[in-house]
Amino acid sequence: MLDAKGLTLWRGYQCLFEQLNFAVSAGSALLLRGANGSGKTTLLRVVCGLTRPETGEVRWQGRDLQRERAQLGQVIAYSGHQTGLKSDLSLAQNLRFAARLCGQGDDAWQALLEPLGLAASTQLDVRLLSAGQQRRAALVRTLISPAPLWVMDEPLANLDAAGRAYVLAAVDRHLADGGIALLAVHEEIELSAPSKTLLLGETA
Amino acid sequence: MYLPNWMHKLASPPHFFRISGWLAPWLLWPAVALIALGFYAGLVLAPADYQQGDGFRIIYVHVPSAYLSTLIYGLMAAAAAVGLIWRMKLAYAVAAAAAPIGAWFTFLALVTGAIWGKPMWGTFWEWDPRLTSELILLFLYLGFMSLRTSFEEPTKGDRAAGLLAVVGVVNLPIIHYSVIWWSSIHQGPTIKKLDAPSITWEMAWPLLTLILGFTLFFAGLLLQRVQAEVLERERNARWVTEIMRPGIEGG
Amino acid sequence: MSTLGLAAAVLRRDLALAYRRWGDVASPVMFFAIVSSLFPLALSPQRDVLQLLGPGVLWIAALLSMLLSLNALFRQDLEDGSMEQLAIGPQSLPAVMLAKAAAHWLVAGLPLILLAPLLAVTYHLPGSGVTALCLTLLLGTPTLSLLGSVGAALTAGVRQSGGLLALLVLPLCLPVLIFGARGTALAADGEVISGPLYLLAAFAVLAASLVPFASAAAIRISLD
Repeated sequence: MLDAKGLTLWRGYQCLFEQLNFAVSAGSALLLRGANGSGKTTLLRVVCGLTRPETGEVRWQGRDLQRERAQLGQVIAYSGHQTGLKSDLSLAQNLRFAARLCGQGDDAWQALLEPLGLAASTQLDVRLLSAGQQRRAALVRTLISPAPLWVMDEPLANLDAAGRAYVLAAVDRHLADGGIALLAVHEEIELSAPSKTLLLGETA
Repeated sequence: MYLPNWMHKLASPPHFFRISGWLAPWLLWPAVALIALGFYAGLVLAPADYQQGDGFRIIYVHVPSAYLSTLIYGLMAAAAAVGLIWRMKLAYAVAAAAAPIGAWFTFLALVTGAIWGKPMWGTFWEWDPRLTSELILLFLYLGFMSLRTSFEEPTKGDRAAGLLAVVGVVNLPIIHYSVIWWSSIHQGPTIKKLDAPSITWEMAWPLLTLILGFTLFFAGLLLQRVQAEVLERERNARWVTEIMRPGIEGG
Repeated sequence: MSTLGLAAAVLRRDLALAYRRWGDVASPVMFFAIVSSLFPLALSPQRDVLQLLGPGVLWIAALLSMLLSLNALFRQDLEDGSMEQLAIGPQSLPAVMLAKAAAHWLVAGLPLILLAPLLAVTYHLPGSGVTALCLTLLLGTPTLSLLGSVGAALTAGVRQSGGLLALLVLPLCLPVLIFGARGTALAADGEVISGPLYLLAAFAVLAASLVPFASAAAIRISLD
């Protein structure tokens, strides 16, 4: 289970959140909502250890996520605004690298290409893919990762109806397997697993 | 990481602000007295050097400046390391406040070295190992200051420049000894170093007085600059608005 | 995934990228050749002048060529989000940084060493000088890649960082330049230069063991 205690973060001279606490238990999701600039992305980056909060800590099973990064193993699969794909390499090269990074073999990602509609594009350079296709390709990385905590920043952006349905079904499956998801979303979404909502930007 | 309690207390900005405001005059006034005494003794009382004549007297500015230029870089790097390890905001303020002072003393050491060089070497600039090292040190200071101010997020600039200072301080001895080796393979003129040759006690004690005076002056100046930095950085904090209120009402 | 496997994967990816962007790879080498051929035109084509200046000029040209490609070392990784993917996991970030520096050396440093003998001959360096130039470059350029990677990691998030990068990195590279260039010159005069060579090797070992940690800390600051 994931819990955060007393998170305070300033950006420049603006306070994004102060003494923020939340806890998410296995099998459920936390949805982050709030206007643009309310700190959703920043909070996700704090959970990933990319941004350091002024005070407070994020813990995984009671252990400090940031400090014990090396010992905890692959806890987080992060899908941010940027795809994390190299635009000058082919889709296959990118996914092979991603799979190797999280200790998976080639077959893990190849099975996912068909349902995501990417099977015909594996030899293409990523920069030739459309924004939606790149988004789907980035999603593959999350799907093959053994990480129990999915952190997704606007996972539905740039996707068509079929793509959205696929992402939501994948999140549901992950939660049903006892995983945790942290999603920053704008639109109303329907998950069958239990979910809580955290509204940002109201207190500041 | 563990940090003693008194350090935590000192590191709290309002506490530091009070202490340094009280301490700064106690450093600056003795500094002025020592510097005045040292200059009088060095420029009037001390005898002229039999080889260099009155030209040697520039060491009374040059040596304290050169000494402070390296001391301040070390202090700056130490403060930056404290900031990086213990995430102490005050330490970053100290590093930020120290850098321009250090750069000025480095510049002063370079200029006085050049002025001394004219009568001694017959030229304003000689690639003397000490002057060359000072020049590189000036570049390191400039790098620190430019990197610190080139981020939109001030705390990011503090951390990046702090890391650079730590890398620089590890490199500094290597650079220094490389420069010495470099100059040793080009045998230069006979008077090589900016030292007072065969220094006597009458020449030495004003120098020691001035080194002490310059150091106290730096310490006082640093405290005042850190105060200004702290005010700037904490301008939204309650204790700052409370301190500033009488001034605002009065003006 | 093992640390060694991680470093190998990052190295292979960066080399594949370099292979795809051939122009970026070629430009430092061309820069090296062009700058080196400017000096005889600007100074003098006389044999003894070129012999005297050759070691220093070629070393400075090599240093600047390597600096040229540093700016792009982490910029793309930061913009496309692949660096944050490497930074969130349990992977060792210093190993990633070491692999990045190694890739930079293979792409921007090694070609210079291959071209250097040719340029040294145009400066009329004697055989001992040509050998010494190649040896000093071989031992010195890895340190330049490593020191450069700290500067590149620190400035990766800064816009218009070219001049700033030079200001940060060049003073740190000074010892390598001194021992590399002066060592070459001494060898050209027929002296034994094992001293400078040992020192350059020591710098490389020291840099390889310390610098990746500094670069990792620096890239975390840039990611923040």
